[in-house]
Amino acid sequence: MKPRNVELGLLLLAFIVTISASALTALGRTADLPVDFVPFLIAVLLLLLAAHMVVRRLAPAANPLLLPLAALLNGLGYVMIARLDPDLAANQSAWAFLGVAGFSLGLLILPDPRKLEPYRYTLALAGVVLLLLPLIPRVGVEINGARIWLRVGSFSIQPGEFAKVTLAVFLASYLVEKRELLRVSTRRIGPIHLPDVKHFGPMLLALGVALLVMLAQRDLGSSLLFFTLFLSMLYMATERVAFVAVGLTTFAAAAVLAWSRFSHVQRRVDIWIDPFADAKNAGFQIAEAAFALADGSISGTGLGLGTPGKVPFAATDMIFAAIGEELGLLGASAVIAAFILFCTTGFRVATRAASDFETLLAAGLTALLGFQSFVIIGGVIRVLPLTGVTLPFVSYGGSSLLANYAILGLLLRISDRGEQAA
Amino acid sequence: MTRGIQHVALVLMGCFGLLFVQLNRIQVFDAESLRDHPENTRTVQRDFERPRGRIVTADGVVVAQSEAAEGSFDRLRVYPEGDLYAHSAGWFSFNLGADGVERAWNDQLSGRTAGLQLSGLAGVLDDREEIGEVVLNLDHDIQLAARAALGDRRGAVVVLDPRDGAVLALWGYPSFDPNELAGFSGGEVNEAYRALLDADGDPLRPPTHREIYFPGSTFKIVTAAAALGEGVVTLDQPVFPEVESYQPRFTDRAISNFGGRTCGGPLRDLVRQSCNAGFAQIGAELVGDVALVRTAEAFGFNAVPPLDLPNTVASVMPTDFGIQLEEPTEEVPAGVVSDVPRLAQASIGQNDVAATPLQMALVAAGVANGGRVPVPRVVDRVLDARGRAVESTAEGTWRTATSAAVAAELREAMLLTVADGTARTMARDGWVVGAKTGTAQVGTEPPRSHAWMIAFAGRVGQAPEVAIAVLVEGLDGSVDATGGTVAGPIAGAVLDAVLEP
Repeated sequence: MKPRNVELGLLLLAFIVTISASALTALGRTADLPVDFVPFLIAVLLLLLAAHMVVRRLAPAANPLLLPLAALLNGLGYVMIARLDPDLAANQSAWAFLGVAGFSLGLLILPDPRKLEPYRYTLALAGVVLLLLPLIPRVGVEINGARIWLRVGSFSIQPGEFAKVTLAVFLASYLVEKRELLRVSTRRIGPIHLPDVKHFGPMLLALGVALLVMLAQRDLGSSLLFFTLFLSMLYMATERVAFVAVGLTTFAAAAVLAWSRFSHVQRRVDIWIDPFADAKNAGFQIAEAAFALADGSISGTGLGLGTPGKVPFAATDMIFAAIGEELGLLGASAVIAAFILFCTTGFRVATRAASDFETLLAAGLTALLGFQSFVIIGGVIRVLPLTGVTLPFVSYGGSSLLANYAILGLLLRISDRGEQAA
Repeated sequence: MTRGIQHVALVLMGCFGLLFVQLNRIQVFDAESLRDHPENTRTVQRDFERPRGRIVTADGVVVAQSEAAEGSFDRLRVYPEGDLYAHSAGWFSFNLGADGVERAWNDQLSGRTAGLQLSGLAGVLDDREEIGEVVLNLDHDIQLAARAALGDRRGAVVVLDPRDGAVLALWGYPSFDPNELAGFSGGEVNEAYRALLDADGDPLRPPTHREIYFPGSTFKIVTAAAALGEGVVTLDQPVFPEVESYQPRFTDRAISNFGGRTCGGPLRDLVRQSCNAGFAQIGAELVGDVALVRTAEAFGFNAVPPLDLPNTVASVMPTDFGIQLEEPTEEVPAGVVSDVPRLAQASIGQNDVAATPLQMALVAAGVANGGRVPVPRVVDRVLDARGRAVESTAEGTWRTATSAAVAAELREAMLLTVADGTARTMARDGWVVGAKTGTAQVGTEPPRSHAWMIAFAGRVGQAPEVAIAVLVEGLDGSVDATGGTVAGPIAGAVLDAVLEP
């Protein structure tokens, strides 16, 4: 079967799941379908068909799983957001349309991702600037304790979401060029052999600025993700365990330092260890998430029949708790399975890519998306301390959705070229 | 690079595996304990946010309903009748939980029973909520009559249909307005609750079925039932001497008749005159502890009545009257126990005997119903959104207290008490009314007493259709007539509401 036909079939499945979930939610809440149900149905169908036609035209050989998986996660997330807050849902649908439009535009103007390589330092600089923007007075605003937002008209934008993608492109390009040099050890610290610092220079600088900026902005989740992105791409490029060892040691030291110096970090850790100790205040979010998931149990309360709104930030950081409550262990596991499938497909795309740069870029973007889902789901269900990042494609948030569609576009482009070359 | 990618992919899969393990822990293995966690307010909140069925009386008056509201929740529970049904329908509060029918019938009101779920399933497409409407057996007119008749005297009125146990009225004073506990503001609700806890007369606690009182002379019906059931007396034999008091053995404290009157005669006259001396002698010498306890328990004492309201309490009949000192003889068929003074007092409803007004209404109902004490039921049935009954409470006999023959003799004695005895105030033209008064001494300095009246009534030639117990607490003074003069008119006014609709 041709990949595009497979994709079309899977997209129709994602469409049916989204539409059914939406109908069930409405029935669960009001025992009635909303008046705008048919227009909604048509809009979702048109959006998915449009995305499919774009891929059919511009990336005909690309892997057929990625787009349907993104559509499924986006659709399920939208249904949950609409159930939690109809006002947010209107925004989210606009962002989804913009995301698909941006992804189409990207496929159109970027037939070869290697065209990005000459701009790598520009992209790195752009990433740093994007990260710095919220710190500028009047332009940046602080929301919920993190200064990572730009106020543009009535919208707020999180430029850091885009910085992740530009920095991934920079890292891929830089590491592919320097990886042979980085594999050669010229220095030795104890049992660990390390390459010359000068090859590391620009990369460490970019990373250092990024991490510092984010610590200044108190966005622990994003700094954790940048670090993971950096470390995993470095390892994939060089396959040297020494880097991971140094990286993890540095990370552990930094974590302990942050824990001992910053009260907000200590609070996060205390809540993680025992959210029920202060379940009415500090631990409220995590405790309520656990209660929500327990209510859901195996099969869930049913869409529209739970009370997921009790968990603060249910539509953004905590959306996984809402899914676990209303769809149960089965639904929550399905979401995790979708991410596993997306990541394994992404890594497969990486190994079949047409060039080393594309291989590393696809693997890096996949790792970024995968670890981001792990960090936030793990935060919600107490595998890790909670750090506020979005669940890719699922959470409410325009910047995050646009950035994830950009990642999807890049993966499809790389996949298409890889399959064409093979 | 492929190997590097494989390793990162493996690490990522390991991470997802960890998520899956933890998810199972939370949603499956720890789910039960998380749901029961003291900090978890989801269940009560869910009930609070769900639509909730109405509670209505048998004659269709709305006792409780949920109205659309602005504020922390979409619905506000409203009790249009204020304090009238606070002790039966109860209340439903976010902070405090619930009581009464609101608590005992919560699953039905919130639509969580299987029957309602099924009928809700059928109604998915026609926009109906699968919540139950609870229809009470209580009758609004009778309930109003009970409140009006008792007025602002502390006490209780319980009205039953002796044939099927339907509770027709359940009123206790002081009562309270449940709307105060149903509000959205946690602070105001808590304040109202504390004020009610501190209030005089403990309005939150229904005196009808959660308080026990000395039943006084109304308990003589139980003693008479024991004596008739044991065959040691009939209504006409033996004839007890006309005396002022009875002196049990092993004590120098005599049991006197009220006001030092002289009374005696056969059992029918002892009941009619509520003769303390005669009943003390019957209990102590003819019936004995074993038969008296057995009969009291057959009426329901020492057991929680199966009333469909939470926290109903058992009435108390002491069971230990010491050791058997003398074997039964022809003269004293009960033999002699070491605690015979207490036994004599218990026989007239004093000492440690204590009963809820509900229990004494059940005694009257048992006598009226041929010896069978019915299961008391506040709720009659549950209707679904279409008005079909999805659940009905079952009529039944809770206890068989006496044989039909003994019940008939007891009715005869109670009819006589109305015709020509202490309960003359209960006579109702055109109706057959039997009653027994009670005046239970609760203190001597100053003298105070509870006034009681238990009664049944029906049409000529037909089975009695109503049983009633009225209690007025802690009145000043202690005279024989108190039961008849104070509780009697209250019971009479309530009977009027039942009999002349």
